[in-house]
Amino acid sequence: MIQVRGLNKSFGKNHVLKGIDLNVGESDVVVLIGASGSGKSTLLRCLNFLEAADSGEIRIDGNTVDPRRNDLNRIRQEVGMVFQNFNLFPHMNALENVMEAPVQVKKTDRKKAKTQAEDLLDKVGLSDKAQAYPSQLSGGQQQRVAIARALAMNPRVMLFDEPTSALDPELVGEVLQVMKSLAKEGMTMVIVTHEMGFAREVADWVIYLDEGRLVEEGRPEQIFDDPSQARTREFLNRVL
Amino acid sequence: MDFREILVTTAAGFGQAAWITVQLTFLSLLLGSVLGLILAFLKISSIRVLQWGANLYIALIRGTPLIVQIMFFYFGLAQGLGWNINEFPAGILALGIHASAYIAEIFRGAIQSIDRGQMEAARSLGMSYTQAMRRIIMPQAFRRSLPPLGNQFIIGLKDSSLVAYIGVNELFGAALSEASANYQPFLTYAVNGLYYLALVLIFTFLLNRMEGHLHGDKGGTG
Repeated sequence: MIQVRGLNKSFGKNHVLKGIDLNVGESDVVVLIGASGSGKSTLLRCLNFLEAADSGEIRIDGNTVDPRRNDLNRIRQEVGMVFQNFNLFPHMNALENVMEAPVQVKKTDRKKAKTQAEDLLDKVGLSDKAQAYPSQLSGGQQQRVAIARALAMNPRVMLFDEPTSALDPELVGEVLQVMKSLAKEGMTMVIVTHEMGFAREVADWVIYLDEGRLVEEGRPEQIFDDPSQARTREFLNRVL
Repeated sequence: MDFREILVTTAAGFGQAAWITVQLTFLSLLLGSVLGLILAFLKISSIRVLQWGANLYIALIRGTPLIVQIMFFYFGLAQGLGWNINEFPAGILALGIHASAYIAEIFRGAIQSIDRGQMEAARSLGMSYTQAMRRIIMPQAFRRSLPPLGNQFIIGLKDSSLVAYIGVNELFGAALSEASANYQPFLTYAVNGLYYLALVLIFTFLLNRMEGHLHGDKGGTG
């Protein structure tokens, strides 16, 4: 459902993505791994056009997206995103955070949006925190609210940008648990993560990026147990 | 005459004039806030010409004395453009435009201090730039701008005294005429200062309550 061809992106003189190709099929869980600065997050951010690629093509559902012509707000409704730093809206409680986009963007009736938000908070195990403001929640709880908030738009794909990197170690598990159950339900997901155990467990497809290039991709057991590229091996030796 | 006599003999005049000062302050700061918000948006817009325009306006206003601006608006508009503008609206206009330059910087600073991730999160949910500004960025920026804004409002209240020089009979103007009539400038201005002090204290109290109310139970501004 997402096809990327020859994606290039530079920040000034820094060439971050060098001709990336990527395929994400329906219900696929694709995990992007690689060192910091390898371009994984930038690639993810290009997928919902928070960053504009310099060249290359992004097709969603077979249609090429042209950021100058297409309605990006509409496309972003289909592509949920979860950030490293949660980015919850601090002036709204958990429930309002989840309700905000459906009410404002989809013009969903408030009552309906509230019921839906309550269901989603329940799904991420936070029905008792609906009235809590972000500052009253732990990092893990905030990230779970953020996942519920993204799900509230009924996206067809969920992008996760290092969702557990800002969390204390003991809080990582609860977020990964929610992501695992999402994967099990058949949600299409693209995940940037440093949690290799998690990647091996949930990924259908693993992609290793280095210095803006796609070095190797394959099924998790192949990438983790028998990488064909020396660079992949070196990277895995460093992180595992 | 002693202090108490001055207090009594000026009470009626100063009381009335204080009310005019309150009106001047309220209306000029309302104008200043509206203009300031517009200028702040021009400054953060991606269109160069708008940025330059706002910067030029702010440089001119901040770079010239308020009293010159008051004279300029009153006499300039009346003589230069042939407008028959009364001193009261001329005063509001000058004070409002003056305050707007400072308020613009306060709003701009507050908007830009909001973490970039907030805009990204809002946009990633499909919100338009305008929706994200209105629902996500501005409520947080507004809260964050309250302390400096309160400070600016207090300055605005005291600055309003300068329109006495174009003949607005506000609090300081009243003191000018009282002192020239009773030959007691020291005591008259002392009492006059107390009126301003009282107004500022009331104003501060109201601003603090507003700030406290807005922070309320929302648990910080994150």
